[in-house]
Amino acid sequence: MNIFSHKRYSMGQKDPNFGAPLDTTHRTILYVEGVTVSFDGFRALNNLNLYIDEGELRCIIGPNGAGKTTMMDVITGKTKPDEGSVYFGQQINLLELSEHQIARGGIGRKFQKPTIFEALSVYENLELATAADKRVWWTLSQQLNSAQKYRIDEVLIQIGLAEHRYKNAGSLSHGQKQWLEIGMLLMQNPRVLLVDEPVAGMTGEETEKTAELLLSLAGEHSVIVVEHDMKFVRSIARKVTVLHQGSVLTEGTMDQVQNDPKVIEVYLGE
Amino acid sequence: MRNVLKPSGHWLLHVIVVLSFCFSATVFSQEAETSAEAGTTSAETISANVSNEANSQPEFDSLVKELTQGSLPARAQTAKKLAALKDERVAKIIGALQQGTLYATKDENPLVAIADEAGNYTNAISGEKIIGDTEELKRVPINNSMRSQLRTLLAQLNLTHQDATIRLDAVNRMIADGIDEDSISLLQELQKSEANDGVRKAIDSAVALFNLHSNDQQLRLGAIEVLKDSLQQEVRTALSEVASNDTDEKVKIHAQLAIKAIDSSIAKYRFAENIFFGLSLGSVLLLSAIGLSITFGVMGVINMAHGELMMIGAYVTWVVQQVFPNQIAYSLAIAIPAAFIVAGLVGIAIERGVIRFLYGRPLETLLATFGISLILQQAARSIFSPLNRAVELPVWMSGSLQINPVFSITYNRLYILIFGLLVFFALLVILKKTTLGLKVRAVSQNRAMARAVGVRANWVDAMTFGLGSGIAGIAGVALSQLTNVGPNLGQAYIIDSFMVVVFGGVGNLWGTLVGAMGLGIINKFLEPYAGAVLAKVLVLVLLILFIQKRPKGIFPQKGRAAAD
Amino acid sequence: MLTQRLLLSDRGGMIVLGLVLVTMILVPICNLLVPETSALHISTFTVTLLGKFLCYALLALSIDLIWGYCGILSLGHGAFFALGGYAMGMYLMRQIGPRGQYGDPILPDFMVFLNWKELPWYWQGFDMFWFALLMIIVVPGILAFIFGWLAFRSRVTGVYFSIITQALTYALLLAFFRNEMGFGGNNGLTDFKDILGFPIAASGTRISLFLASGFMLIIAYIACRYIVTSRMGKVIVSIRDAETRTRFCGYKVESYKLWLFVFSAILAGIAGALYVPQVGIINPGEFSPLNSIELVVWVATGGRGTLFGAIVGAFTVNYGKTVFTSYSPETWLFALGALFVIVTLVLPKGLVGLFNRTKKVASKNSSSNTPPENPVPTTDAPIKFAVNKSTENSISAENPVIAAAVKEPV
Repeated sequence: MNIFSHKRYSMGQKDPNFGAPLDTTHRTILYVEGVTVSFDGFRALNNLNLYIDEGELRCIIGPNGAGKTTMMDVITGKTKPDEGSVYFGQQINLLELSEHQIARGGIGRKFQKPTIFEALSVYENLELATAADKRVWWTLSQQLNSAQKYRIDEVLIQIGLAEHRYKNAGSLSHGQKQWLEIGMLLMQNPRVLLVDEPVAGMTGEETEKTAELLLSLAGEHSVIVVEHDMKFVRSIARKVTVLHQGSVLTEGTMDQVQNDPKVIEVYLGE
Repeated sequence: MRNVLKPSGHWLLHVIVVLSFCFSATVFSQEAETSAEAGTTSAETISANVSNEANSQPEFDSLVKELTQGSLPARAQTAKKLAALKDERVAKIIGALQQGTLYATKDENPLVAIADEAGNYTNAISGEKIIGDTEELKRVPINNSMRSQLRTLLAQLNLTHQDATIRLDAVNRMIADGIDEDSISLLQELQKSEANDGVRKAIDSAVALFNLHSNDQQLRLGAIEVLKDSLQQEVRTALSEVASNDTDEKVKIHAQLAIKAIDSSIAKYRFAENIFFGLSLGSVLLLSAIGLSITFGVMGVINMAHGELMMIGAYVTWVVQQVFPNQIAYSLAIAIPAAFIVAGLVGIAIERGVIRFLYGRPLETLLATFGISLILQQAARSIFSPLNRAVELPVWMSGSLQINPVFSITYNRLYILIFGLLVFFALLVILKKTTLGLKVRAVSQNRAMARAVGVRANWVDAMTFGLGSGIAGIAGVALSQLTNVGPNLGQAYIIDSFMVVVFGGVGNLWGTLVGAMGLGIINKFLEPYAGAVLAKVLVLVLLILFIQKRPKGIFPQKGRAAAD
Repeated sequence: MLTQRLLLSDRGGMIVLGLVLVTMILVPICNLLVPETSALHISTFTVTLLGKFLCYALLALSIDLIWGYCGILSLGHGAFFALGGYAMGMYLMRQIGPRGQYGDPILPDFMVFLNWKELPWYWQGFDMFWFALLMIIVVPGILAFIFGWLAFRSRVTGVYFSIITQALTYALLLAFFRNEMGFGGNNGLTDFKDILGFPIAASGTRISLFLASGFMLIIAYIACRYIVTSRMGKVIVSIRDAETRTRFCGYKVESYKLWLFVFSAILAGIAGALYVPQVGIINPGEFSPLNSIELVVWVATGGRGTLFGAIVGAFTVNYGKTVFTSYSPETWLFALGALFVIVTLVLPKGLVGLFNRTKKVASKNSSSNTPPENPVPTTDAPIKFAVNKSTENSISAENPVIAAAVKEPV
């Protein structure tokens, strides 16, 4: 056993960055309320309200420029909104935290373009993402303990990359890179997963696998998926939110949304 | 000893001397040329004058001759008498005497002559050229006390000159030399007749300066009232003397108030001067930074050889002057387009040869262009020698616009400021209104899309880089008018220029303008307190702190594209 | 196991360190024991030259650690080198004591010359060797900490960071040129007499300094190996390749950059401190931006992203410089300039990369299951504000219409 490993981190329940366990007494894990973001007069988000329940799988769709990516930027701390509030559980104000704190605290994010560490192996990619003490001085001497190694193996199987564990991440196929990135999120033991266009550029088979993976994650984690591919959304969606011009146009099941005249107008009327 | 001075008139050479000191050496040579060319004409004019004042002619002749003989005090008296004659030739003769260019033969009826720079002699009385044997001519000796007497005498002569600037100069010289009772009567007389506002004001203050020492308290108070608007150093000295030594309490207080008023207006002009110097430095920074702003901001290329492209522009100016040594006044008209083309071509060569392989790898572009800058520097050293070369200033760019005794604007800095702004706006028009500008903006915003709609991105890259480099060449022409041209010319400005671009915000020409002027002014305002070097250090530190607040400069690019 | 991780798995490093060790054994023998008439004798001049090269290698190592591994291109590392050098120089000045030209027991000559009456406060304590040693580490470290904290906190990256570091060293250059700063102005600190009581020009002292530089290089190398093979090393490489991803993995990128930068600055300071007693002078010229950028090229020439590559580069370029400048000084700048261009255009992985490539071509058994260690990326992080080549790639990959259009000749 490594003396430097910190049990409390690997449990994922309590993080010193927050100082308190995540309070989800009202079943809602993420509150986005009245958020407005403007770039140079252009309102990317306009009084956006969004509530995500614990363990929910939520799909977010909307035409280009609806503010989907900006919404993710706000939740993960990359962009600070002009107005509004974003709460993680009942008490944690995400607007006061920086990106790495939010990430450590249990909100993982997959980017639109797969971003993994191409110079490192698949295994090392997951190792770096492992929930552990991520402060400078600890990483200098830290090594994986057996529980963490076990967890990496588990995730490798989950994302279907077990046989590529020593392969250079840069040499993976596009779909495999997407899965590796999702795997890296899983290593962080997140409570909320933000997944931006997971199936862009994937083959049909890969898309199916991704759908399975995301469905298996829901329940244990809250998963927010932003996607353009309607077929894919239909295959996984339980609740769909339609964004338009920076605010929520409508919410409901896929059928309800597809038959909503407002949605039809937004998609076809343009 | 009292100088009894009376006005008279003979002044042509002195006019030239004064002019040449005030304006430029080149004016001198031009005037000298014209006077040499028109040798016969001027002789005619003089003879015309002579006939007008025929009655004084014999006296003039004999006094001029007397001037070259006898003891020094006697000759000083002669000079005064001569000055009283109101002959136009007197100023010239006295000026020559004072300058040590008056020559005479040593016989009873001496031949008096004035020597010019080229060693030619002119008869002082007739104005004719002396051809033939000049060996008998000996310089007329004077001593220091006589020289200063003569200077005052000349000033008095010039008080009635028809050119207002020379009259003004004369009054100011009298103020500087101190006003005595003889000159005051003259000044008081002129005070009534003087038509030029500037000269009258100067005379007013001269008279007031004299009155400061009068016994009449009212007169002294009146004088202080007049003097409180004057900015001359002598006035302030005289007033502070009165403020501390005057017997009358009221006068003392008024003098103190006047000094305060003067100090505050001096401070005001010093401030204006700092602003001007700051803008001038800013315009240099602007010229060197706008080229960078294009290559760095629009193309994302860090061109460390930018300074060397400026150096090339400066050398082009020098070469143009070497090729056309007689056309200095027009050399800039050739040098500016030539520098633009040469530097632009070198820039295009750099882009095609090196940079195009490195797009998207800014750090490596930085290193490669730095290598190019070393090569260019060493090439300049090998071709033009490591020594600095001096570029001549055209006449119209030398000298300065004297607004008042504490505030003057040198023409070269003024023109470079205007030139910098012209180049800036021209570039703005090119980028906003021309097809090239449209393509440049298209490529910089979305390369793939621009290519998809048929923009030849490679060609646009080369042209943009050439444009940026060409502007660097123009900046080099401007710099050559301020400093010497040498292989290290560019290095001195490159870091500052990058600072301007970072300070102003990358990819924003207006930001570059504000950044350049802002840094220039801050620099000049810190200099008096911290010294030039420390000011520079402070500016750099301030900039590093500024980036904390606004990492993307004063005018950041906004929006999603800029965020990632 | 630690030995395996730090040394044995690093073949190139083992070879380079081995060569350094062999030199450290042979050079003292050839200098002190072999008589001067022998062909094998190495002059003290050569010993000093080699000692200088070792200091340069240490400096190159410090650059490689932050540039090759973390992607932070500092164009101001010469400043930390010079600060370490000045700290050592101040100790050596104080050692002169009353032997200066003006014979003042405390004040160095230049202060007597400037009519200074007493030692400035920041010169206090430098008569003690341990204090000087402390300052060699503390001064560059603190400057790097303050500067890095300000820069990294506000996310100044890429070329911006490079330009600001260049401005930093430029500012220090201007400041140290001033006589009022109390560091000897233009002339710097020189005329040293002895170090720890040993005459500074003696062969024995020179050999000791040479050995000290060699040992320091080996220690620093192992320390750097420790860092880059630890998980921290992986984090650092991740920051180089995908900074945002690293941040979203929960790492505080600023802290990593900051501590690595400080460590690198301290190494540079130590290199400067070892350099000054060997060359016998430190002046503001060491702060010049050209020096700082030149040492970046050593690293690029050797091969960044491999620690021993930096050492190879420092030795190669400086050997070339010595040869060139004695043969014809003018051509050196041409050669150096060309080196900048060639290395960036043709040899992105430096000499080490060239060597590896030829080796791979020779023996074709390059397919192995283990990943290559920290391969150098061929591209920097794309510049953020303008032409974004990677965007182009991603667009062309994802959008068939545009991809087709891009492929068409235009």
